[in-house]
Amino acid sequence: MSESSRLLEARDLVRHYRLSKGFMRGTTVVRALDGVSFTLEHGRTLAVVGESGCGKSTLARQVTMIETPTAGELLLDGQDVAHADRALRARLRPQVQMVFQNPYASLNPRRTVGALLEEPLEIHRRGTRRERRDRALAMMDKVGLRREHYGRYPHMFSGGQRQRIAVARALMLDPRLVVADEPTSALDVSIQAQVLNLLLDLQQEFGIAYLFIAHNLQVVRHIADAVLVMYLGKAVEQGQKEAIFARPLHPYTQALFASTPKLGRSRRAAGATAPSEPPSPLDTISGCAFRTRCPRAIDRCVVDVPAPRRIGALTVACHRADE
Amino acid sequence: MSASAATGSSINRAGASTMGQSIAAAEVEAAPLLDIVDLHVEFGTLQRPVRAVDGIDLSIAPAEVVGLVGESGSGKSVTALALLDLVEAPGRVRAKRMVFGGRDLLTAPVDERRAIAGRDIAMIFQDPLASLDPCYTVGYQLDEALRLHGNERERASTSVRRDRALELLRHVEIADPRARLRAYPHQLSGGMAQRVMIATAIAGRPQLLIADEPTTALDVTVQAQVLALLMRLRSELRMAVLLITHDLAVVAETADRVIVMYAGQVMEMGPVPQLFETPRHPYTRALLDALPEHNVGRARLRTIRGVVPGAFDRPAGCLLAPRCEFATELCVAERPALAGDTTRAVRCHFPL
Repeated sequence: MSESSRLLEARDLVRHYRLSKGFMRGTTVVRALDGVSFTLEHGRTLAVVGESGCGKSTLARQVTMIETPTAGELLLDGQDVAHADRALRARLRPQVQMVFQNPYASLNPRRTVGALLEEPLEIHRRGTRRERRDRALAMMDKVGLRREHYGRYPHMFSGGQRQRIAVARALMLDPRLVVADEPTSALDVSIQAQVLNLLLDLQQEFGIAYLFIAHNLQVVRHIADAVLVMYLGKAVEQGQKEAIFARPLHPYTQALFASTPKLGRSRRAAGATAPSEPPSPLDTISGCAFRTRCPRAIDRCVVDVPAPRRIGALTVACHRADE
Repeated sequence: MSASAATGSSINRAGASTMGQSIAAAEVEAAPLLDIVDLHVEFGTLQRPVRAVDGIDLSIAPAEVVGLVGESGSGKSVTALALLDLVEAPGRVRAKRMVFGGRDLLTAPVDERRAIAGRDIAMIFQDPLASLDPCYTVGYQLDEALRLHGNERERASTSVRRDRALELLRHVEIADPRARLRAYPHQLSGGMAQRVMIATAIAGRPQLLIADEPTTALDVTVQAQVLALLMRLRSELRMAVLLITHDLAVVAETADRVIVMYAGQVMEMGPVPQLFETPRHPYTRALLDALPEHNVGRARLRTIRGVVPGAFDRPAGCLLAPRCEFATELCVAERPALAGDTTRAVRCHFPL
């Protein structure tokens, strides 16, 4: 992959939070993002997969420049966002926009669709009032909303249509990257299909790249070009979609696949899933973070932190992945 | 359909057993545990009623797992609430028949119905942390369930209840149950909270557990564990489960039989896996076609055009007609009846 095709590149990205342990008990450090590296090409989709507490949302907050990473580099078109000054970050921010999971919560109920769509342009002082209005109407057309929806309020729309409004709003500033945090998991199956189609259409038309956070592996399989699997702040496995779905190498990825319900299979035939639940990000686990739930853990996993390494088409952080 | 509903589950069980599922011979003969015919739930005024549930039949055999699937607003949850007598005024519930465990729920006095709800028919919900009281410990809430729904010995003695609470927590596979009794809900993870909810639900030894989206809020590995737990409890306690969900794959993996609802009516019902392999209603087929796993190699997912009908624009004919790719003039003019036998039924003029 050439340098120029990379839109986003994370190198050993770290984000720690200091957390009070209680009155007079000092603080502890939560390693929400603990050395994650990946690249995302222009106009492609990288899906980030993992369970609660794995650091998906923390990653989204770094990429959208809402927070500053503790360490590491985050390059947007070759410019380091992590160490950028305020002015540069302000200039870069419009290029990365976000779509949230719940369109019932992410749209201000007191503003009309038109006002919601024009707000990003007002904030960035783009265009005249008239131009902003024309642009909002044009965008509504693109996402399948009708002109007469311009003056309506979010509560007058169904969940699927609200998500269209949220997508339209995210695209108003011509971003090159959209971070979509579980954009269809609150929607019904038939509506999910409509929204996924819309996202793919818009990607084709505008060449937008998606950082697509999801837990539904079937959705990921449909929409992603590459997949990044995270567990407790670390990237445990990543690679092109075809390779990872054909033969996942990390025991955690394998457990996720086995746990995902499938049509045409009885639960008994589902195979091994991971026991217990993801540990709290507050717990410090020596060695490999997954070893407490891993069916293949050996002594070495308790001591050594597995470094990500290339096996075939995939990058895997597991001592036993090549056995 | 409704005329033969009483024998419905036995035929169905016989059909299911040939599919290699483990059903004891005695069960095949058993009368249905729950038998509802023509259930209606309406809200709003009498002049302009909102039909949340519009004439559904539901019969569940002992220890059977029935999946109730449908999109938001299809009436899945309202059906369950009607069963527990939890539909509040101005909501109105009526049915031709509503029998549970040999008792007629329509004529039962209020206190008898209240005794059945919670004890013989228990329910768990999507968000376990919202269902547990944050101000009381797990132990207190289990004790409360046993005080209300336990057997005579449990209702009489604190120490018996305490032992049983521990046993219940062990039953739902909670590690270190003694310590967990003193925990407050906020100290539990989502999966553990759902296990505690299940423990309180089975405290009264229910014959039917209604699980309304029990794993939707959980991570996939935890979802798999909770579903496995429910299936284990079903066979150990011989407890029927009504699994309400919008996740077709969850139903495909766990249910014996599926009922597909749309806008308050049953569109299709049938055993798993036949219903998923050869859907006969265009709606079932369209739902399955919209799943990403059924669109491998396609650039675009197949969708269902339009939206679910609202409260006041219900089509006069088939409820799906405005969205159905096969709809004809007949479909627009006349609503089809649910036709078929008790194993397999479909509400469509032109089934696939």
